[in-house]
Amino acid sequence: MADYGADLVNRTSPLSGFHGGSSTVRLEAAPPAERISLRARAEDVAALSSALGVDLPVRPKTSASANARSALWLGPDEWLVIAEENGGLMQAAKNSGALHSATDVSHRNTAILVSGPGAAAAINAGCPQDLSLKVFPVGACSRTVFGKVEIVLLRTGDEAFRMEVWRSFSDYAFGLLAEGAQDAAV
Amino acid sequence: MSTSSNSGTFRIKGAGRLTPARTARFTFDGKSYTALEGDTVASALLAHGVHLLGRSFKYHRPRGILSAGPEEPNALIDVSRDAARRQPNVRATVQEVFDGAKIASQNRWPSLKFDVGAINNLFSPFFAAGFYYKTFMWPREAWVKIYEPFIRRAAGLGVAPTEEDPDHYANRYAHCDVLVAGAGVAGLTAALSAAATGQSVFLVDEQPEVGGALHYDTATTIDGQNGYDWAQATAARLKAMPNVTVLTRTTVFGYYNHGFLGLVERVTDHVAKPGKDLPRERLWQVRAKKVVLATGSIERHMVFANNDRPGIMLASAARTFLNHHGVAVGRQVGIYTAHDSAYETAFDLKRAGVSIAAIVDCRADPGEALLAEARGLGISVLSGHSVTDTGGRLRISSMTVARNGGGDARKIAVDALIVSAGWTPSVHLFSQSRGKLRFDDVNQRFLPNIYAQDCVSVGGCNGTDDLAELIDEAIAAGGGSFALSGENRFEWTGGMIGAAEGAGPDTTVKAFVDFQHDVTAKDIRLAVREGMHSIEHIKRFTTNGMASDQGKLSNMHGLAIAAEMLDRPIPQVGLTTFRAPYTPVTYGTLVGHSRGELFDPARKTPMHALEAGEGAEFEDVGNWKRAWYYPKRGEDMLAAVNRECRTVREVAGVFNGSTLGKIEVVGPDAAQFLNLIYTNAWGSLKPGKSRYGIMTREDGFVYDDGVVGRLAEDRFHVTTTTGGAPRVLHHMEDYLQTEFPHLRVWLTSTTEQWAVIAVQGPKAREIIQPFVEGVDISNEAFPHMSVAECSVMGVPARLFRVSFTGELGYEINVPADYGPAVWKAIWERAEPMGACLYGTETMHVLRAEKGYIIVGQDTDGTVTPYDAGLGWAVSSKKPDFVGIRGLKRPDLVREGRKQLVGLLTKDPALVLEEGGQIVADPNQAKPMTMLGHVTSAYWSENCGRSIALALVAGGRARIGETLYVPLKDRTIEVEVTDMVFFDKDGGRIHG
Amino acid sequence: MLLIHCPYCEEDRSELEFRWAGEAHIARPENISAISDEEFAEYFFLRNNEKGLTYERWRHIHGCGRFFNAARDTVSDRFLMTYKAGMPKQMLPETGASEETVETYEATEGDAR
Repeated sequence: MADYGADLVNRTSPLSGFHGGSSTVRLEAAPPAERISLRARAEDVAALSSALGVDLPVRPKTSASANARSALWLGPDEWLVIAEENGGLMQAAKNSGALHSATDVSHRNTAILVSGPGAAAAINAGCPQDLSLKVFPVGACSRTVFGKVEIVLLRTGDEAFRMEVWRSFSDYAFGLLAEGAQDAAV
Repeated sequence: MSTSSNSGTFRIKGAGRLTPARTARFTFDGKSYTALEGDTVASALLAHGVHLLGRSFKYHRPRGILSAGPEEPNALIDVSRDAARRQPNVRATVQEVFDGAKIASQNRWPSLKFDVGAINNLFSPFFAAGFYYKTFMWPREAWVKIYEPFIRRAAGLGVAPTEEDPDHYANRYAHCDVLVAGAGVAGLTAALSAAATGQSVFLVDEQPEVGGALHYDTATTIDGQNGYDWAQATAARLKAMPNVTVLTRTTVFGYYNHGFLGLVERVTDHVAKPGKDLPRERLWQVRAKKVVLATGSIERHMVFANNDRPGIMLASAARTFLNHHGVAVGRQVGIYTAHDSAYETAFDLKRAGVSIAAIVDCRADPGEALLAEARGLGISVLSGHSVTDTGGRLRISSMTVARNGGGDARKIAVDALIVSAGWTPSVHLFSQSRGKLRFDDVNQRFLPNIYAQDCVSVGGCNGTDDLAELIDEAIAAGGGSFALSGENRFEWTGGMIGAAEGAGPDTTVKAFVDFQHDVTAKDIRLAVREGMHSIEHIKRFTTNGMASDQGKLSNMHGLAIAAEMLDRPIPQVGLTTFRAPYTPVTYGTLVGHSRGELFDPARKTPMHALEAGEGAEFEDVGNWKRAWYYPKRGEDMLAAVNRECRTVREVAGVFNGSTLGKIEVVGPDAAQFLNLIYTNAWGSLKPGKSRYGIMTREDGFVYDDGVVGRLAEDRFHVTTTTGGAPRVLHHMEDYLQTEFPHLRVWLTSTTEQWAVIAVQGPKAREIIQPFVEGVDISNEAFPHMSVAECSVMGVPARLFRVSFTGELGYEINVPADYGPAVWKAIWERAEPMGACLYGTETMHVLRAEKGYIIVGQDTDGTVTPYDAGLGWAVSSKKPDFVGIRGLKRPDLVREGRKQLVGLLTKDPALVLEEGGQIVADPNQAKPMTMLGHVTSAYWSENCGRSIALALVAGGRARIGETLYVPLKDRTIEVEVTDMVFFDKDGGRIHG
Repeated sequence: MLLIHCPYCEEDRSELEFRWAGEAHIARPENISAISDEEFAEYFFLRNNEKGLTYERWRHIHGCGRFFNAARDTVSDRFLMTYKAGMPKQMLPETGASEETVETYEATEGDAR
């Protein structure tokens, strides 16, 4: 999105200004990012990986990061690719020449960064997955539920997660995280 | 100020584990008392000699404290901090005293000691089993006015608070390798064993401290230590391990499918001044790979005449109050037992200085060891005797003792009576896990037999009575291997179930089986005599075991009495199913975080704040908040909508269409896929063009509709209804993945990627022109149903020339974060030109003026595209699409189906009611033959009259006919018309 | 709450992430537009709703998004197997379960006297 990404004056992010947490959990809105929903068959993964500069993971619940891009396995033919800076993901996928579907979802999703010793407990206020390091190690990712909304959860560190959520659900997700963070500090 | 004497005259110096210096003040029915920290309400009141705590449910008989734990059926109290923080039906034996607690008794009026409802006791012959079923049969009218209010008043014990609960509640999902329910000797040992192997362990106990039976059993030593001390030390060891979570004051209330357990942790109910951040209770939803049930067993009462007076209590309860709380339950105590356990209570009481009137043992031959100990302590034992009655009004004052099989009865003065009929293994959680029980004939108890889940029972709940055996069993259950020694003084034997001497079938005495529901042995026999042969029917007829204690004490007795009457062995009579929750759970805990703003997500569009700033009223559409109309000062809804409707057609209007569902369909087979999903044909649609599409289900009925734009050969921008977006995507994925997996196409929800700004009306082009770059939007270059990727205000956009108003119109899609900026700029240009902002109500009116349908309003799941007048959208050339066969079903092609038509009221000022029924002859006899109903009805400012759409049988053939909409007070005459009320030739859309 | 093994995610997940999607192995007729009313009724409307072993579809809608098949015993709610969409119906070894136990009401519900 190099063509208009610089024009942040006109951008209104859904969670801008939100921050919170507790003594054990820090909650903050992630900065805007470029995202594509990438779909492809197994035989085209290699070409797309090389075009994107990040290896699309083929194992469930795993992600890969390289060149400021992260690729999250969401399903057997589905990845969420996130670029921290506007890096022309759509074009890169197109350049692969491989059969695929890339759809820009940069503005559909927003993200909340959850960190601190109580991060997993705060997320477990609404997420039914086992977030122990053994079962959900650093780099693990999954689409799942958080209370009444769907999220994509990525573990970025022992005590750090990125929670991707559709923009209109972000107020709810942040609110539930705030309550979870409070309870995780008890 | 803090001396042991003011914490109660029944407090025994040197007894118990509480610290005399740490006191807490509370009130009971307005009177102030001093308790010690660690007291329950029950132990604190007993310390002051207070035994009368409540009135019974049906007969309002005085009731006291029966147990010292969660099985308590009698001592239900109301606990409050303030008016809003009040909870009824709390068990006094569980509620810990906190400083400032206000406790009130329940089910009495005007006072506990003088209760008008006690008159029911005199009329008890009329309140026998099945009373409600028999009495409230007729007349029918009496139900509403008399019976139901009576039953409602009588039902339930406490009174619910009326104010909103100011506390908050938390929820936590958790996983573990092993969950151990119960932290007595067995549970602690199993947890130690499991933890030592490195597994993640949850150890859960409902009491404030671990220890289970060690609370009262001071004679047991573990690992050479006093049992209770060993338990606390073990818990401390476990808590220090990183793989162990120890939860006290936490009840495992449900054991569900696939290792899923519900736990409630009571976080603040015992705290005088809880921190604001603390939840009152926390719901734990735990998935355990393996469950160790160490839930112990529950002592039963004896079923004999007038066995319910305050002062009569279980042996283990009296022993707990003495050995843990340091409270004597009386000064002159009688014992009535069928089991050895009561002897140890008598011994402990005697040693503490309490006088024991006698041990009455209904067994002929109690063990020699117990008798010797009793002799040594100077306690007289009457074996082969029974207590056949009790005396006293608000508290027991005497017991009547007689030799079994007849003989002189004598009255012995007592101020408390300790009873034990033996122990019932707590198999509730095992049973909830769908395990199958077996009946242990020798010991008259149900025990776990066949497991349905990865679960193991250890200790008391498994019928393992021997301590050494119990410890070995627990170690094995945890998967570890180590040695642990345990010793206790007496090996317990004995026990009985059913009615005791003097309360048999030939008697009419009140021998209570279920205290909370006032069910007597006689009631159960009556149920059998009246033909109830299944234990489930007996349960419902008598309500035995149906109170909030779920018959923890009464089930076995009730079963035995029924079995005796039926002359069938107990296993053949069967056992009622144990259901979750094990003990009552508050609504607050189950609701958890889902209240207030978090009750349900409120979805707001990117432009929500701007709309609110312009004064919009919002309506809920699914979870979305949509701008409904924009009233100006002094305008009501109708005036605002009329102005908006007029302005859009005269000038232009700006509308937020962001909630419209959007799905990106991408891949070389995209058109082929859409051909299968929609009734329309898509192959001929060129990139840069869009088309209105109809989707049917396989049965041929309209499922959704929307405009589909083709951006490239292999890329479509599909729109759905706002409410239909998730289900349409699910429906498409279903067909794509399971029926047409060979197609190379993928679907992505883009609803929230795009902010959609619709500009509609004659000046629409003029308004947007300066913002659009990269596409010629002249009428010639960009006609109706064009679509283009371009840029708007420098932002990459998708521009649709499309209209849901019948006017010249555009829908600008920009990435959502840019929505507000673009919206603002467009509105700043449009407003001075005389345009308006309009909401969903105006959108509805304008589309109805043009006869455009709304799926779900003008259709209802039984309407075909033909019925809706959209037959033109069904391709007759395609070999297949979802619905192709359904549409040919005989009922779908018959004559006379309901069809969508227009209706005009004869009186143009009358607006029909949506849902109004339509008839041909308003004078026909009732029930009238209905021809259909009104689906949409509005005042149309642009038509200067009311308009309506309706589904009418054979509707299109009736155009021109007069039909009628009969209402309660009048009948409205209508004319059937076509569906287009405004701009019939449709010229404006191409303007 | 059920714990369901997703054959695509290769992991047990909470029922909260899934949506039930009806009986499995009912293929849409290839020549659907030509079938008789009876055949259409059989395909679209009629279901057996059997007690005991059933084959059903689930979708991991809040996970990988995939539809898959499951063999589940509706009496015990036990999942005997889950497998990917498109695979043929998987046969299961006979599981005889005759248990001499005390029956609770639920087990005898059907034949209450």
